Amino acid sequence: MPNHLLEIRDLHKSYGDVEVLKGVDCTMAQGDVISIIGSSGSGKTTMLRCINMLEEFQGGSISIDGEEIGYETVGGQRRRKKEKEIARQRALTGMAFQQFNLFPHMSAARNVMLGLMKVKKLSKDEARSIAEKWLDRVGLRSRADHFPGQLSGGQQQRVAIARAIAMNPRLMLFDEVTSALDPELVNEVLQVIKSLAQDGMSMLLVTHEMRFAYEVSNRVIFMNQGRIGEEGNPREMFHKPKSERLSEFLKTSSFGER
Amino acid sequence: MDIAHFLDILWLARIPILKGLGFTISISLLAICFGTLLGIFVGLALTYGVRPLRWIVRGYTDFIRGTPVLVLVLASYYVLSTIGLDLSPFQAGVLALAVFCSSHVGEIVRGALQAIPKGQTEAAKAIGLTFPQTFAYVLGPQALRQILPAWVNTAAEMVKASTLLSIIGVAELLLRTQEIISRSFLSLEFYFFAGFLYFIINYAIERFGRYVERKTAIPS
Repeated sequence: MPNHLLEIRDLHKSYGDVEVLKGVDCTMAQGDVISIIGSSGSGKTTMLRCINMLEEFQGGSISIDGEEIGYETVGGQRRRKKEKEIARQRALTGMAFQQFNLFPHMSAARNVMLGLMKVKKLSKDEARSIAEKWLDRVGLRSRADHFPGQLSGGQQQRVAIARAIAMNPRLMLFDEVTSALDPELVNEVLQVIKSLAQDGMSMLLVTHEMRFAYEVSNRVIFMNQGRIGEEGNPREMFHKPKSERLSEFLKTSSFGER
Repeated sequence: MDIAHFLDILWLARIPILKGLGFTISISLLAICFGTLLGIFVGLALTYGVRPLRWIVRGYTDFIRGTPVLVLVLASYYVLSTIGLDLSPFQAGVLALAVFCSSHVGEIVRGALQAIPKGQTEAAKAIGLTFPQTFAYVLGPQALRQILPAWVNTAAEMVKASTLLSIIGVAELLLRTQEIISRSFLSLEFYFFAGFLYFIINYAIERFGRYVERKTAIPS
């Protein structure tokens, strides 16, 4: 069996009595760009958040490069790994959020530097030069010393992406990163993601931008009611959906509009 | 009102007044410092504590906040001695005020921490920070800015509450003033003067708070 970058096996997740993920299986190879689509409440964001343990999950397993994330089995008992270990594992993935979540009291450069200095234990100068490199990459070198409150939504999101990716993660997770943006700011963020994809960054994107998912990903996963409804390459998925559910969903989505 | 006469008496009474002022300032300072330190623990326990601890601390703050400061002052002076804890009026007074201060600061800290959006913690986690790191670099600095205005308010309240220590015989500014009045009969003048001194202290605290607020403001 080839070593997968990401391997999700029979993932189950409930909030109280409500089962949100009902057995999700998914594998991903190095360099894959996978878009997860589906209506709201289908569990796509939850699945993404399980991968870096922002959500606990009750059943199944997730591993990155063969390393099991979040839980271990000791003497037949499944238990949560130690906080320190989970913190280390979280750094294997980078995540960009719908609401950016930049630290408002730090400049753009400081936002990027924090993880480099405190998690990667780099010196301030090293961290600064890496931060500048990535801010340059997302087109914001000149804004390095601006605070989040002084940046537009699109710029904030690009800083947030730089902050995540500067940590050199094995895998980038994008959680509806354009949903909170004004329409005219969506494109600058999508361009950044696209250029990262072209560089071979492995990524998993939850998105409502169907056109973008179609263009950027080599595989698309359609989530439906806590399960993977359908998956395949974007051309088949968008042009010849097999399931009724997916073709319904695509009809109501923005695909083909722009 | 004979200004010259008042100034004469004031000059004669300068030493007791300064002593009283010194007491007032040291009582307030001690109460604010200890109360704030304790209050930070209270706030942390209320926000992050495990359930039994949270209940205990919640009970503590609710009880203290629901009790008049005067009652706390009297209790800490008269009641603690019955259980063998003999405190001087000064110590008992500082203890009562610090306890009172801690319950208020605790609530302020809790409120500030809970007001920080969840996304901040998640973003910190996502880059691999542990909880202590998240607190030190992300939550704490943001909470401090939130806390400052309310904390300045509480500090000013403590200065005002220090007057209650005159009841148990601590020779702070108010008690000194009353002693001078009982000898000089210049009640209007000296109460005004004492009020003016309290105002100066609190005005200084407020200006200092504003200054720190300006210095730490986040550019936007």
